[in-house]
Amino acid sequence: MAVVDTDNILEEEHHHHEPFIAHHFDDAEQQFDSGKLGIWLFLVTEILFFSGLFVAYTLYRIHHPEIFEQAHHFLDKRLGALNTIVLLFSSLTMALGVHAAQNGDNKKCGLYVLITMVCAAMFLGVKAIEYSHKWDLGIFVRSEFSYHPHTAEPFHVSPYLIKLSVIPVLLLVGFIAASFFARASSKVALSKFMGGLAITVGGYFVGVLIGMTFMALTAENEHAQLESPSQAPLVLRALTLDDDKHDDGHADADGDAHADGDHSHADGEDHAHGDSHAKSPDLGRDVGIFFSIYYCMTGLHAIHIIAGIVALAWIYWRCLVVHWRPDYFGPVDYVGLYWHLVDLIWIYLFPLLYLID
Amino acid sequence: MADHSHSHDDHPPFNHPAPIPLLIGVFLALVFLTILTLVTSDIELAQFAFPIAMVIATAKAALVCAFFMHMFWDKSFNVLFFLSSLLFVTLFIGMTLLDTGQYQDDIDSFPREPEATPVVAEQ
Repeated sequence: MAVVDTDNILEEEHHHHEPFIAHHFDDAEQQFDSGKLGIWLFLVTEILFFSGLFVAYTLYRIHHPEIFEQAHHFLDKRLGALNTIVLLFSSLTMALGVHAAQNGDNKKCGLYVLITMVCAAMFLGVKAIEYSHKWDLGIFVRSEFSYHPHTAEPFHVSPYLIKLSVIPVLLLVGFIAASFFARASSKVALSKFMGGLAITVGGYFVGVLIGMTFMALTAENEHAQLESPSQAPLVLRALTLDDDKHDDGHADADGDAHADGDHSHADGEDHAHGDSHAKSPDLGRDVGIFFSIYYCMTGLHAIHIIAGIVALAWIYWRCLVVHWRPDYFGPVDYVGLYWHLVDLIWIYLFPLLYLID
Repeated sequence: MADHSHSHDDHPPFNHPAPIPLLIGVFLALVFLTILTLVTSDIELAQFAFPIAMVIATAKAALVCAFFMHMFWDKSFNVLFFLSSLLFVTLFIGMTLLDTGQYQDDIDSFPREPEATPVVAEQ
C-alpha cells in the first residue's frame, strides 16, 4: 500500500498547484483536449439539429421557388445585414476574449466577454423589432397567417414589442437592484457580475432603438410601395386582394372563424383573373409556410443566442473571480466555439432568408 | 502588449493564442464579404444569384472556422470530426430530395378541395 500512499500524496500536491484539474485527468493538456473533443462533438450534434430545418427550407424552396422570390419583400435586408455585422463583431470580441484568457489576462477577458454578451442582446433587440413589425402586419406562422398591410408611423411601439420586452425590463430592474444590494453587502465580484448582466440587458434596448431607427428610415419606401398596388410585388397584390375579400366575408359569415378562413381563399380564387394571378389562392398558404420556416429557423437561432448569453455569463463570472490562466482557459475556448457556431449558422441564414432575388 | 510577449514563455504546448492583427483582419474580411453579398443581391444575376450568395457565405464560414474557431491550429482529428458532420448534412438533404417529387402532386392538391366546397355552397 506504500505505493498508493505516495500516489495520494503526489496527487494532493498536484491539486494544490492545479486547482482546476479534475482528478481523472493526468494533466492540464489531457483535460483541455478531452474538453475540446467534447465541445466539437456537441457542435456536430448542433449542426445536425439545425440541418433538419435546412432540409425543410431546401425542399420548400425547390418546390415553390416563386414564393421565395417574393418573400424578401417582407424581410428587411438592411436589418438583417445590421444583425450580421453585430454578430460578426461579437465573434471578434469572443475570439479576443479567448486570446486574453490564453494569456491569463482575466480583466481583459471579462471586458471582451461582456462586449460579446451586449452584442448578443443587441441582436435580440433588433430581432424583437423585426418580429413585432411582422406580427403587426399579421405575418405569423402558417396556421395564424392573416396578412393585412398598413403602415405604422415612425417609432410606433407595437403591442407585441411591449410584450416581448416585459422579461428584459424585469431582468434589467432585477440585475440593477441585485448589483446595488451586492455592493451594499460588499460583495465586489457579485456586484460587478450583476452590473455586467444589467449592461447586457441594456444592450437589448439599444438593439430595439437601433431597429426602430432603421424602421423609421425605411418607412417611407414601404409606404410608397403599398400606396401603389400596381407597383407592389405579385405576392403583396394577391394577399391584399385576399384580405379585402376577407373583410367582406367577415360581414356575412360572422361567428364562424373556420368558415371565414376558407372563405378568404375561395374569394381569392374568384379574383384570380389573368394568368399572373393564377396562383393567388395559394399564395396566402404558401407565404404562410415560408414564414413558418422563417420563424422556426430564426427562432431556434434566437434560442441559441439566449443560451449563449447564459454560457457567456458563466465565463464572465469566472473572469471576475480570476480563474483563467495560461494552462487553464478551456471553458472560455469551448463557450467561444459554441458562440462562433451560432454566428456560423447566422452566416447561412442571412443569405438564405433575406437575400433572395 | 508588453505583458503579452512576456507571458508567451509560460504557455503550455496546447495553448496557441491567435495573433490579434489576424483576428481583426478576419473580422474586416467578414464585414467586406457581408457588404459584397448585399451588393450582389441587388444586381440581377438570375440563376447565378443563389450560388454566388452561397459561395460568399461558405467563404465567411471558412474564415470563422479557420481562425476564430482555431481550426487552423487545432488537432486534425477535431477538424475531421467537424467536417464529417457536413458530409452527413449533405447526405440528409440529398437523400431527402431524391424522394420528394413522389408525393408533390398529393400535397399540391390537398388543401384546395376542402376550401373549394364552401364557394359552391354559397354561390
